[in-house]
Amino acid sequence: MAEIPVLKIGDCLLVSIQVDMHDRLAMELQDDLTNRIVSERARGVMIDISALEVVDSFIGRMLNNIAAMSRVLDAVTVVVGMRPAVAITLVELGLSLTGVRTALNVDKGLDLIRKAIDDQGGAFGRREE
Amino acid sequence: MTKGARLVVEKNETVAVRSSDDVVRVRQAVRARAIEVGFGIVDQTKLVTAASEIARNTVDYGGGGTLRIEIVREGVRRGVQLTFSDNGPGISDIKAAMTDGYTSGSGLGLGLSGAKRLSNEFSIESAPGKGTTVTLARWKL
Repeated sequence: MAEIPVLKIGDCLLVSIQVDMHDRLAMELQDDLTNRIVSERARGVMIDISALEVVDSFIGRMLNNIAAMSRVLDAVTVVVGMRPAVAITLVELGLSLTGVRTALNVDKGLDLIRKAIDDQGGAFGRREE
Repeated sequence: MTKGARLVVEKNETVAVRSSDDVVRVRQAVRARAIEVGFGIVDQTKLVTAASEIARNTVDYGGGGTLRIEIVREGVRRGVQLTFSDNGPGISDIKAAMTDGYTSGSGLGLGLSGAKRLSNEFSIESAPGKGTTVTLARWKL
């Protein structure tokens, strides 16, 4: 099965998940994104899940892991485009994705990343360009 | 799983649950039956997510097994009933396994308890060395 492309836009990485993910693909994406954050010196990661019809605990855990790893690597992760039925199901499943920032769409997600980067800027200084 | 009216199986099929790819196939097969019964998008998503959780348990902990998908009728209501069976090591403490956050592996421990919350009916039969059978159903209300 094809891997999931990671696009670089400025200092952000954009991933749009368009396939029903099997577990190995989810793990590959997690590893790939973590490596790309470092190699591209990314400050933000946006994951578009608007095409995902199911987010179960495994995929939820992957989203949590990506957010945690990017935080450790000084990048901000925002998950955008979650379908209403997926949100309802996730909460009932018991997975509230507490460590993951979310936004309704890509535009709002970019705003959130930009704002988070600006807020962080003062604390430790900006990453060298 | 019946109370009162007789449970009639209108249709049934069996799907292999052996690999991570099969978990994806389980989601697709269950989705197709949920649509066939006329589930709305939220009910579809809940049932498919519950199926995904149990299918992964069947692969990861049960060493693989099968899923029987049935479209069932009980009186006037119809639903989808899923029976996951494996011949794996079984579960010694079902009560603990059903608790949120409990895991014998590396997961979040939400599989069984979460799937139960997403189902209208849920039962689990297991004993050490006897494998595990999980049956769940969701009705079109």
